[in-house]
Amino acid sequence: MTALTLKDAVIRYDRLTAVDGVSLELRRGETLGLVGESGCGKSSVARAIVGLQPLAGGTLTIEGETLQDVSNQRRQALQRKIQLLFQDPAASLSPRMTVRSLLAEPLKIRGTYTPESRARIVDLAESIGLGEQLLSRYPHQLSGGQARRVALVRALAAEPSIIVADEPTAGLDISVQGELLNLLRALRDRLGLSYLLISHNLNVVGRVTDRVAVMYLGQIVESGPTAALFRAPAHPYTQALLSANLTLDVSRRRERIVLSGELPSPSNPPSGCRFHRRCPLAQPKCAVDVPTLQASGERSVACHFPLATAPVVTPQAIAG
Amino acid sequence: MTALVDLSRRPGGTFALFAVTLLCLVAIAAPVIAPYGPNAIAPASRLMDPSLQHWLGTDHLGRDILSRLIFGARVALGISLSVIAISLTAGVVLGIISALSPRAVDLVIVGIFDIVTSFPSIILALALVAVLGPGLGNVVLLVSIVFIPHFGRVARAQTIAIRNSPFIEAEKVLGAQTWRVILHHVMPNIIGPIFVLACMDIPVVITIEAGLSFLGLGVRPPLASWGNLLNDGYTYLDQSPWLATFSGLSLILATLGFALLGEALRDTLDPKLRKTL
Repeated sequence: MTALTLKDAVIRYDRLTAVDGVSLELRRGETLGLVGESGCGKSSVARAIVGLQPLAGGTLTIEGETLQDVSNQRRQALQRKIQLLFQDPAASLSPRMTVRSLLAEPLKIRGTYTPESRARIVDLAESIGLGEQLLSRYPHQLSGGQARRVALVRALAAEPSIIVADEPTAGLDISVQGELLNLLRALRDRLGLSYLLISHNLNVVGRVTDRVAVMYLGQIVESGPTAALFRAPAHPYTQALLSANLTLDVSRRRERIVLSGELPSPSNPPSGCRFHRRCPLAQPKCAVDVPTLQASGERSVACHFPLATAPVVTPQAIAG
Repeated sequence: MTALVDLSRRPGGTFALFAVTLLCLVAIAAPVIAPYGPNAIAPASRLMDPSLQHWLGTDHLGRDILSRLIFGARVALGISLSVIAISLTAGVVLGIISALSPRAVDLVIVGIFDIVTSFPSIILALALVAVLGPGLGNVVLLVSIVFIPHFGRVARAQTIAIRNSPFIEAEKVLGAQTWRVILHHVMPNIIGPIFVLACMDIPVVITIEAGLSFLGLGVRPPLASWGNLLNDGYTYLDQSPWLATFSGLSLILATLGFALLGEALRDTLDPKLRKTL
């Protein structure tokens, strides 16, 4: 069962096409990662999914209902099932409201705020480790981790079924990152949520996602189950991305592939494969023909000359 | 209450609070504290120097200057507060509409603001009063029009500055209606500078009213307005300097009081500056 389907999404800012034909499928109860370097359009995808950025093309389907086909009212109700965790949680909290009124806000918006809600808000806050004395503070008086938890409770109070997390661990130290990721996972299992996790932190993505999609310059170049994709990337870009990732695990350390050149401007993308100018394996064909996403089993890749992904399944590979 | 204490600790805050409170009390209690009626004529005692009977002297018709100044405070405060209330409300509404509307609507509203502001305020007020005629109601209405762009522009600029900020977007994602976003999230975050502006505009309105009255186009004599008093004092300056001096001093006290209050308020209203005292 799919929670959310994004099909052939196109997002434009004036003449700049930031996202060009991205399709994503988020299954119920899973965590899908969306990775790519800064400026590849992953945040634009997040904004489009939560309704902050109109789609210039393509469709968004939430729990089987395509947003373009339903009434305004129904669309708002569906859209509310997707909540966004902002990259900068402190900035996503209204600066002149206390934590208490910030937490009451989702209930008031839905018209379910009653006198008893006050007590519920205190309980809710304590359940995620925010003491009662914190409730009368203003956002600028919160620490990064506290602000993130307040933002998380606010998102959950809207009773979403899907949470889009935009760089949820940015700016947090490793121990707080771990706590937050564990909290997110516990919430997913308890509340039956599905996550779309947007990040450039491959360690985080590798640890918590079930499947992952890799974006490059407004398009998805590869997707598949996280473990398999990380072990044997099929797209040269994914390989380069993974090789740049720092890891303490010697067995997983790879030879660093340094990409030449800068990320091209999305307002003037290269011909053929968008990656060909920086690709170490590029052939003449890559500059001419546009590769399309080819699925094989659970995995798909958009490359004319994909890397071998270990077709022979050995017992060791399963164990690893 | 803590805000008041905080205010009084700001530079000039104590003086501002004192001046503004004094002015308001005097205006409210005018009939009780004024020693004479504001229009009580006594031809026998004209243009007298300050004395125990007339603390600040008398004018050319023998009217008690102190009593006229006290009743003048009513006119000054009444007019300036109504002008500010009208122009602030209209300006904030127009400014927010302008900032959140499509470009065409924004352009029209900003264009009107530009036209109104392109005239010096006293000249525009003069022209409007000349068309509609002098009188209390007209003065309030016309000076309000002159001041709408002040508030409108600040409200528009402030709204534009925050309209795409994450906390506004977060509310939209939560499903908040537009009116809710405006009332609960836009307004509280733009109103601080607007209150400060209001305080700083009050003295300007008082001087414009005084100027119009001085020129005979504002409040009509014999009603005691500080501008009328200044005009009377100016006419008889060579015989008695007291009226001009004291009405001028009242104007200075009011202007300085509200201007300093505005500045102290600016620092107090910003929660981020609040603790950096």
